Amino acid sequence: MTLRYARRYAPLVTMPITVPAYGKEAAGRLASMAAVTADDGALRRFLHGLPGVDAVGLEARAATLGTRSIKTTAKAYAIDLALSMIDLTTLEGADTPGKVRALCAKGINPDPTDRTTPKVAAICVYPDMVATAKEALGDSGIHVASVATAFPAGRAALPVKLADTRDAVAAGADEIDMVIDRGAFLSGRYLQVFEEIKAVKEACARPDGSAAHLKVIFETGELQTYDNVRRASWLSMLAGADFIKTSTGKVAVNATPPVTLLMLEAVRDFHAATGVQVGVKPAGGIRTTKDAIKYLVMVNETLGEPWLTADWFRFGASSLLNDLLMQRQKLSTGRYSGPDYVTVD
Amino acid sequence: MTFEYAPAPESRSVVDIAPSYGLFIDGEFAPAADGKVFKTVSPSSEEVLSEVAQATTDDVDRAVKAARKAFEKWSALPGAERAKYLFRIARIIQERSRELAVLESLDNGKPIRESRDADLPLVAAHFFYYAGWADKLDHAGYGPNPRALGVAGQVIPWNFPLLMLAWKIAPALATGNTVVLKPAETTPLSALFFADVCRQAGLPKGVVNILTGDGSTGAALVAHPDVNKVAFTGSTEVGKAIARTVAGTDKKLTLELGGKAANIVFDDAPIDQAVEGIVNGIFFNQGHVCCAGSRLLVQESVQDELLDALKRRMQTLRVGDPLDKNTDVGAINSAEQLARITELADAGEAEGAERWAPACELPSAGYWFAPTLFTGVTQAHRIAREEIFGPVLSVLTFRTPAEAVEKANNTPYGLSAGIWTEKGSRILWMANKLRAGVIWSNTFNKFDPASPFGGYKESGFGREGGRHGLEAYLDV
Repeated sequence: MTLRYARRYAPLVTMPITVPAYGKEAAGRLASMAAVTADDGALRRFLHGLPGVDAVGLEARAATLGTRSIKTTAKAYAIDLALSMIDLTTLEGADTPGKVRALCAKGINPDPTDRTTPKVAAICVYPDMVATAKEALGDSGIHVASVATAFPAGRAALPVKLADTRDAVAAGADEIDMVIDRGAFLSGRYLQVFEEIKAVKEACARPDGSAAHLKVIFETGELQTYDNVRRASWLSMLAGADFIKTSTGKVAVNATPPVTLLMLEAVRDFHAATGVQVGVKPAGGIRTTKDAIKYLVMVNETLGEPWLTADWFRFGASSLLNDLLMQRQKLSTGRYSGPDYVTVD
Repeated sequence: MTFEYAPAPESRSVVDIAPSYGLFIDGEFAPAADGKVFKTVSPSSEEVLSEVAQATTDDVDRAVKAARKAFEKWSALPGAERAKYLFRIARIIQERSRELAVLESLDNGKPIRESRDADLPLVAAHFFYYAGWADKLDHAGYGPNPRALGVAGQVIPWNFPLLMLAWKIAPALATGNTVVLKPAETTPLSALFFADVCRQAGLPKGVVNILTGDGSTGAALVAHPDVNKVAFTGSTEVGKAIARTVAGTDKKLTLELGGKAANIVFDDAPIDQAVEGIVNGIFFNQGHVCCAGSRLLVQESVQDELLDALKRRMQTLRVGDPLDKNTDVGAINSAEQLARITELADAGEAEGAERWAPACELPSAGYWFAPTLFTGVTQAHRIAREEIFGPVLSVLTFRTPAEAVEKANNTPYGLSAGIWTEKGSRILWMANKLRAGVIWSNTFNKFDPASPFGGYKESGFGREGGRHGLEAYLDV
């Protein structure tokens, strides 16, 4: 679809120079696609003109990639890479500053017995915990990600969602994880979803001209069909998403390999059409090293090297970290330890 | 630093290959009558794996006599009793599947991922499936108490050695026939291991006999006057010779021969999955598949984007050591086959088609051919008409569904075809028009023992698999 859509909708026919979704150049690239987002009808025609997804074939491809055997040096590399890509998350009603500080300490120094362990990418919290996390992380370089826009349901008026976002940004959030309005999406009001993402993106701007990076959560477990996931991916990227993210972790079905593979393919095609590089974040349900490695294999064989960094791929997870640490210890010592040899936070 | 997959070789220690093997006749291994042997090599390294006996006409006669002797009791057993043996064989194959998968990859050159995840599960499934039929033949639609034919002479190819054995032996035994089977010259080992599985299952002596040898052994087997049924899978050329041999006799014959399948992609296809289907259609088993989707027919309006996506995907194919668990494309089965693929690919270039292959380093020893794509191919090119039986895809284009049907059918073969479109009504319309035995829609190279498989025209006749597969072994 890539070049066809590029030819049809954008002046960028040959593979354009890559620009990051959060950079200033990206806005110009998106503007070149303005024709497809001009009104509800145009956007609908575009999204419904995307190639369909054959569920059986997609799932088979994800399963085959899952059979890759990652051993020894490749495994060590993958474990450290996965560690560095974690958005270490606590999103509970019971969160307290103490709990958030403990999580931050763990993110900075995941394995107290081995200081060579990479630190995580970000700590992901609710907006009211951003200031606490920011302070606890200090100059560690770890980002603070905040969910916003009436997470996880997203069932609030737009001004409330925007206030929620501005609040988190003002408190120091480096990244905002917003949820789309699934109700609007499922009832076909694509432009409404599009405009909402654009508005949130604007709310991510800071007074100094910089902006928090925006991750857009689809809640793929509620969108249900793969066709919907592909449409949501394009819609969000056209609206300026810096990252597209599968799930909140709050519903029955969260990230799955086929859904993530499909989003990686959408990112690949969007990049081929516009040159804009967008990141992907599967979240929820990824608990083991084995699972994490399967996702990295998918990234490697779908998007390749440029996406194999924490700038462009993240895991939204909490329990994954300890499993990665245990596997890392196993690789360095040759022995399996146990859950008492990693910290519980 | 890049994400390079470290070598992940499957262990060879699970399989114990003897330095030499005899012929399996009447439940015993014995050397050939004249003591002749030949070597079988691993195509990925040219290492000699073992020496096997070259069966002579006398050996064929001995094996057919053993099968004839066993037939009386075997065919008289109640179906439920025959089923017990088949179920037992199926379970032993499952238990020994890792060993057999490694053996198959060693002798054939196919990647362990395929022998482990495709061949072996299908082999076991085939025995399970026909075990289930053994006591239900009265209800198969051929009238009450359908009778077995007698001794089946079966000759199988080298592309799926154990799976083709299963396709031949399972229905034959379920229906009460006894068997003399000749595996291909370059891949005899898994059939010999299967002989051991039969012994382990306690199968009565003479019910299954395995004769290794070259084409002369196969010719002697199909010509033997006391063989009642001939089943052959292989090239159309040899199939025609067998048909001539069998003509005028009362032998029942089924032939599963070559193919030049069209994989047809419409502009409304699920593109990413179509690309996977194309890759699976032609690069599965190094393209050594009779039903391989070797002709890609793509609608002109979607040609550029599809080919871009296909080339991008082909660059991620991992060619190399068949025993590495991350290998996607293994070794070409023999020097002879490599020469044939090379000759046809060169002809494609000479006739003006444009050749493309991803940059990939091929091992220095063994027989290798990089996954290759030809664009600008027309119906007049040899690579659009002749079966290459290798990892070489010929890309043709069409403008309308009618043109797609016309081009797809414009071949002497008719084994399989693929249709890629999100429009269900078009799938049904196309499937009715295509003259091919198997039509896949939005998928390719999917096999199931319950589904009949076989060809039109020069792809052969008779069906294997499913209820239809019973007919070939029953006197109906």
